[in-house]
Amino acid sequence: MLQRIYDWIDDRIDITPIWRDIADHEVPEHVNPGHHFSAFVYCFGGLTFFTVVIQILSGMFLTMYYVPDIVNAHASVEYLQSEVAFGMIVRGMHHWGASVVIVMMFLHTLRVFFTGSYKKPREINWVVGVLIFFVILALGLTGYLLPWDMKAYFATQVTLEIVASVPVVGDTLETLIAGGEVIGAQTLTRFFAIHVFFLPGALLGLIAVHFIMIRRQGISGPL
Amino acid sequence: MSEKNHNVSRRQFLTYTLMGVGGFMGAAMVMPMVRFAVDPILQADAAGDKNELTPLSDLTEEPQPFSLTYEVEDGWVTQTMEDTVWAYLSGDEVIALSPTCTHLGCTVNFGGDENNPEQFFCPCHFGRFEIDGTNVPGTPPTEPLHRYDTEIRDGVIYVGRPQPQQ
Repeated sequence: MLQRIYDWIDDRIDITPIWRDIADHEVPEHVNPGHHFSAFVYCFGGLTFFTVVIQILSGMFLTMYYVPDIVNAHASVEYLQSEVAFGMIVRGMHHWGASVVIVMMFLHTLRVFFTGSYKKPREINWVVGVLIFFVILALGLTGYLLPWDMKAYFATQVTLEIVASVPVVGDTLETLIAGGEVIGAQTLTRFFAIHVFFLPGALLGLIAVHFIMIRRQGISGPL
Repeated sequence: MSEKNHNVSRRQFLTYTLMGVGGFMGAAMVMPMVRFAVDPILQADAAGDKNELTPLSDLTEEPQPFSLTYEVEDGWVTQTMEDTVWAYLSGDEVIALSPTCTHLGCTVNFGGDENNPEQFFCPCHFGRFEIDGTNVPGTPPTEPLHRYDTEIRDGVIYVGRPQPQQ
């Protein structure tokens, strides 16, 4: 049945080459943990991507209950965590996943560094990777404010102090990021918009570029 | 193992195994999120409580609008809702009707139509209902106005939620 549906579509729009292009690629022996177990270090990039997918999915579901508003934000988080079925699990996935992404990404960076994979001709991909690193850190930072509890509030106060310490434009930057003179209603909506729309958009674009370049250039050779 | 050829190649076996394990892991990941999202349809209804409408002495034989306020638990907020209930006495019986038109949900008024002063009238599509809520044949509504269950405690009328009549 499935085969026939697939054939019907494939007959008309010829999708086989599309997924073949994505799925069929060589996995060299030196990156295959089945051949050398130590090659598991090559999994960290994929694991970073996998946890990012979990973050995006769980985040999409969390926004069904969350509101970025100073009166209701904390109450809505408490509600979704304690009253909604599996709320603790879904929020837990997002909360712990945020740390896992950063750990995995760091291990991936170390692997690339110590195998020298960033060297010619892959310098541009290293640069894109570092941009992804910054975007992920910014996602962690903006997401931290959203539960609107004490920890969130005071962590953001520290963030803004750091921003304000930038020479010359510090104060302007602080107002821009806080959306006003205090950490409040406008800071929360700003961080929410950045966390949920701007940064994920940037992240998906950068990840696409990262992956296209990997496929173009292939995986770097053995040590 | 039988000697028959089952025509499952090594590649096919691996495909099935990997798809099975992958599907299981994917389901384990997505299931909590789906259950999380569909929670509202699985939460128990809070209906059943009756709320104070007005003292019985306010009622006459003529339907009058009374405002009904009640609280609804809405996620992390408690909303105070306000509905209008048209109530009157039919002999000793209290009749309390919901003014939501059963056609498309506009609000009806008693005596809203000059030509039919003894009927409920919906201005949207000229639907009409008799004083007991029965829909007038030939007008758009297909069922009577919904009716509240009532209870009288210490001379005060309490109403539940509107229910379809019959």
